[in-house]
Amino acid sequence: MIVNQFLVLAALLFSIGIYGVLVRRNAVLVLLSIELMLTAVNINLVAFGQYLQDALVSGQVFALFVITIAAAEVGIGLAIVILIFRNRASANVDELDLLKW
Amino acid sequence: MQFTDWIVDARNIVFLVIALAMIGAAVMVVTSRNVIHAALMLVVALAGSAALFLMLGAEFVAWTMILVYIGAVIVLFLFGIMITRAPTKADPVRLDHKRRWPAIFVALGTFATMATVTTMAFEDAPLPEGVSRAADIGQVLFERFVIPFEVVSFVLLAALIGGIVLARKDPE
Repeated sequence: MIVNQFLVLAALLFSIGIYGVLVRRNAVLVLLSIELMLTAVNINLVAFGQYLQDALVSGQVFALFVITIAAAEVGIGLAIVILIFRNRASANVDELDLLKW
Repeated sequence: MQFTDWIVDARNIVFLVIALAMIGAAVMVVTSRNVIHAALMLVVALAGSAALFLMLGAEFVAWTMILVYIGAVIVLFLFGIMITRAPTKADPVRLDHKRRWPAIFVALGTFATMATVTTMAFEDAPLPEGVSRAADIGQVLFERFVIPFEVVSFVLLAALIGGIVLARKDPE
């Protein structure tokens, strides 16, 4: 196994996530695409951790931190989406134009 | 390294199968016209990444991934989909923007840039063997990284309170 195969796969997943964030209208689907991007970052972190063989397993520890923050982000994000849906009866990101003239 | 030299290793075949499944599932996540299918395809992509973590010798991260993501986060997403009453049947008009080409352009540009840079930087650098046990991670987490660990737990507490405050109905 070479390290680059994991990096290229992570780059591909990250790009697919970017496409999803840009093209989706439903806020829940945008959050799903963000999860894809975070997963790509985790793969990068663990692959680099294995490549560098450091004594403090930093790559894996930071992947754990990213997983935790992602869980918190999903909780808050979905709470915000539910709140917006309650006020506007829609969860489409392009209809949230309250701050636009 | 030639592809024929690369593919003879059995682990690389396993990697290729997992990678293709992950890419297919990820593409389904961003293109599916059914919201529930998109969330369930994310399960496949995340399970694939857990399998990659196992291949990289990161057991604890792999099982945490399965517990936290597939066990909790996906359930939260399904809750969110049902509460916001997103169209659960196929609905081609409402889920995507009409202008897809700029997004495809940006995504391809990002992939080309990152893949080129990593290929130039690492070329055929081999990946060392080795499995890190959960005990090692626990040791490091509670000695060297104990303050970031506590900060992360505080962030989780803040997110918990924030989620409750945001999502509850006004008392009056």
